[in-house]
Amino acid sequence: MSIALLIEQLLNGLQLGVMLFLMAAGLTLIFGVMGLINLAHGSLFMIGAFACAAVAAATGSFWLGLAASLVAAAAAGALIEVVIVRRLYARDHLDQVLATFALILILSEGTRWLFGSFPLYLDIPSLLQGAVPLPGVGQYQLYRLVIIAVGMIVAAGLYLLIARTRLGMRIRAGESDREMIAALGVDISTLYTVVFALGAALAGLAGALVGALQSVQVGMGEPVLILAFVVIVIGGIGSIKGALFGAILVGIVDTMGRFLLPKLLALVLPATQSGAIGGAIASMLIYILMALILAFRPRGLFAAQA
Amino acid sequence: MSMSRETCINILLALLLLAVPVAAAELGEPFYVTLATRVAILALAAVGLNIALGLGGLVSFGHAAFFGIGGYVAGILASHAFEMSPLVFGIEGTTSMPVIWLTAIMIAGLVALPIGAISLRTTGVYFIMITLAFAQMIYYFAESWPTYGGADGLSIIMRNQFPGVNTARPLPYFLICYCLLIAGLGLYWLLQGSRFGLALQTARQNAIRLSSVGIAPFGIRLTAFVISAMVVGLAGALFADLNKFVSPSMLSWHMSGELIVLIILGGKGRLFGPVAGAAVYVLFEFALGGLTERWQFFLGLVLLGVVLFARGGLLGLLAGKARHD
Repeated sequence: MSIALLIEQLLNGLQLGVMLFLMAAGLTLIFGVMGLINLAHGSLFMIGAFACAAVAAATGSFWLGLAASLVAAAAAGALIEVVIVRRLYARDHLDQVLATFALILILSEGTRWLFGSFPLYLDIPSLLQGAVPLPGVGQYQLYRLVIIAVGMIVAAGLYLLIARTRLGMRIRAGESDREMIAALGVDISTLYTVVFALGAALAGLAGALVGALQSVQVGMGEPVLILAFVVIVIGGIGSIKGALFGAILVGIVDTMGRFLLPKLLALVLPATQSGAIGGAIASMLIYILMALILAFRPRGLFAAQA
Repeated sequence: MSMSRETCINILLALLLLAVPVAAAELGEPFYVTLATRVAILALAAVGLNIALGLGGLVSFGHAAFFGIGGYVAGILASHAFEMSPLVFGIEGTTSMPVIWLTAIMIAGLVALPIGAISLRTTGVYFIMITLAFAQMIYYFAESWPTYGGADGLSIIMRNQFPGVNTARPLPYFLICYCLLIAGLGLYWLLQGSRFGLALQTARQNAIRLSSVGIAPFGIRLTAFVISAMVVGLAGALFADLNKFVSPSMLSWHMSGELIVLIILGGKGRLFGPVAGAAVYVLFEFALGGLTERWQFFLGLVLLGVVLFARGGLLGLLAGKARHD
């Protein structure tokens, strides 16, 4: 096993983590501010990917597609918030789970209706094709490095937005006491729509970026959604810092587990078994990690104030 | 003493679910018997989940794990019996349904014990997500473990046997599933009125009050979680035998969601809610699935309507509000 391969896998883990952060940040914001558990967040990821692929195919420009993914996901998010989700804030978690589960069914089948059952394909833009040499031997895909950079920039931007701007101040106030900030004259329902649309746009961005690495198809959001849930539960629901830490932890543990476990088991088991057992355990690894963390810290690593 | 409206509706539902397949078998329409068997099995699974969710208020989003475990117990035991190869430690496979059921119930319970013990340390949204995560863990294990078919699933060549009954024919198999559904409903009814059930319902309504009379909610909830998983495991074994097939999709989070949907469509925390919900769900799937491939789109709309505007589900509409909801 060469060092270059190890670095490549670490970077893959980081890229997965950064993408999970884009999903988890929106989920955790929406939960923190509105107290809503949103299963349909994965559908917004899918909408972003489809918007990007469709616009890129029509115009030939990935960048227009990327812009379209942000707009489409944010618009879909705002629409969903105003028409449906707004009625769920006062409900219990069971109603929220069911209503957003229903939204998944509607959005998935609706997308299949519009685009058909065949996957769409999205090319990496020519500017970002190619590879970057790694220290030592080997090289790494430039596009994946750009995803990591975009994720880091978004994380920094979110931090500034929440810590330094008036909107961020209102979001933080909404997290700690929503009745009070409504009483102080802040239009709380507009704030909720803005937060939901912001979360949706981040999910859409993640969908568009990942769409160029895999095929764009209905249901692509669901595995990512569940990983994002694992991330925010590990990090502590409502905490952006927890989402960033949890996302990178999950991304790296998952990738390195799949890479290293079969190799480690090969030292003690025959080759025919070590791959299967290693693969099976590796696919469970992050859930084991989550169970362990919750067993010792039931509110996650960076629990936000209740 | 006059019966309440809900009791009348319950009896009517039970008779209807029995009469329709019997009539269909007489008329030579085995397809409808299979449809009714599906209703009975899904209803049994939802009755099991309703013990945790309806009585205990435990929103488990991971009960597909126990449904799938039951299914894999049936599939694995049958495949070893068919190939005449022993399982681990020289245990033989079997095609006897009673043995399979007991094994499914026990293994589902044994798996539910640690899952419940860890999950019940959390509450609210954390509980929903950690149960989901445990189910995903088992899902991915089944999907990537090649011995029993991995992602392709495992076929049951011939439906398993029950002494004195020809299980290969649709009507006898329906009757077996129907009897087990009635037994499951009986269990729910007994639990609901028992001291344990009252403590469980108090744990849902006011855990602090329960603690203050000297009963720790944790043990009560854990017991309910395990019993609930055992019933769902039994339903899973029946479901695998119905389809003669088990695959990771029985373990998927969609399945967990569907089980909750069944309860909500029928009416949460009511004895026959799961039966009404399963009947509506299967009929909806059948009626709309014949008209359009996109039936899930309309299912989504109906579900959204029920959650937003008709919170009591079907029984809520027919029989009025549940007590102590």
